[in-house]
Amino acid sequence: MTWELNEDRPIYAQLIEQIQRRIISGVYQPGERLPSVRDLAAEASVNPNTMQRALSELERSGLVFTQRTNGRYITQDQDRIQEIKRTLARQEVETFLGHMASLGFDRVQTLEILKDITTKEV
Amino acid sequence: MEPILECRGLEKQYGKGVQALRGINLTLSKGRIVGLLGPNGSGKSTLIKLCNGLLTPTAGSLSIQGQPVGPQTKLSVSYLPDRSYLNDWMRVEELVHFFADFYSNFDTAKAYDMLQRLGINPRDRLKALSKGNQEKVQLILVMSRQVPLYLLDEPIGGVDPAARDYILNTILSNYSEDSTILLSTHLIADVEKILDDVIFLKQGEVVLSSPVDQLREEHRMSVDALFREVFKC
Repeated sequence: MTWELNEDRPIYAQLIEQIQRRIISGVYQPGERLPSVRDLAAEASVNPNTMQRALSELERSGLVFTQRTNGRYITQDQDRIQEIKRTLARQEVETFLGHMASLGFDRVQTLEILKDITTKEV
Repeated sequence: MEPILECRGLEKQYGKGVQALRGINLTLSKGRIVGLLGPNGSGKSTLIKLCNGLLTPTAGSLSIQGQPVGPQTKLSVSYLPDRSYLNDWMRVEELVHFFADFYSNFDTAKAYDMLQRLGINPRDRLKALSKGNQEKVQLILVMSRQVPLYLLDEPIGGVDPAARDYILNTILSNYSEDSTILLSTHLIADVEKILDDVIFLKQGEVVLSSPVDQLREEHRMSVDALFREVFKC
């Protein structure tokens, strides 16, 4: 997985999102030890202070925890991970609906297209 | 946070005519990577040269870790000039030795380590290297000193995009949390991700000084895009 950072949003916010995605998709397993701030920063080619900020936010939200002097670990709390997963899914759908609206489709019309596509695929 | 560099009411006038800097007030804190951005002739190099004592201010004060800039602060500042001043007949290893001899805080092992990772043969003479590799050697020499303040004037100007990433990573992985880096550049998009703060200089004045993520949040655009807006011709 590569780090993709786009132009118009704060970098730390994008780092948070990307780490969340890695946790959800299992790139980082529950209970796994995270690389050091420095290594993560080098990997993403970002400033270590920015990476530090992203990790602190993740810690505050409970996805990551610090074991004193031992480094940072991914939470083992599956409920918490599922919760973040659902939040991100909702965000994705909202974005999608926004795009459809700009094409002139309301939610009912969009749902019809969705149904059409999913039944065909099955 | 502990200030590394402080400027108060700094002015610089060249001769009778050119006012290069006017009324600069700045504080750089410990552990930050700061981008000094501005169009050509906005005073970036002048500010950097004042900070390392190559120029003296017309008015105002400048201090590094609380000490006024002067002979005593030379040891605390590692400076990468915007052009080469090294003897190009010297071999890279001789340059390393030269720096180690000159600066008590030069880390020779670190220099060799970086040379190896950037694929530069220490036996080569400087003039036998490509322009990009010459720039890398200069940067390695500057970053191998353990100092509180690094002043980098256009560190990535003459190298290709791949080498740029490499150089920026070298800067990132070699600076310590106790040091501050002030770097000037036009290549904003390339350095944006590694900066904590940016300073915009316009005709010798600071028009903006802010953390990068705060700017992105407030303006909903990259620093590069904001720069193009502020300095639209």
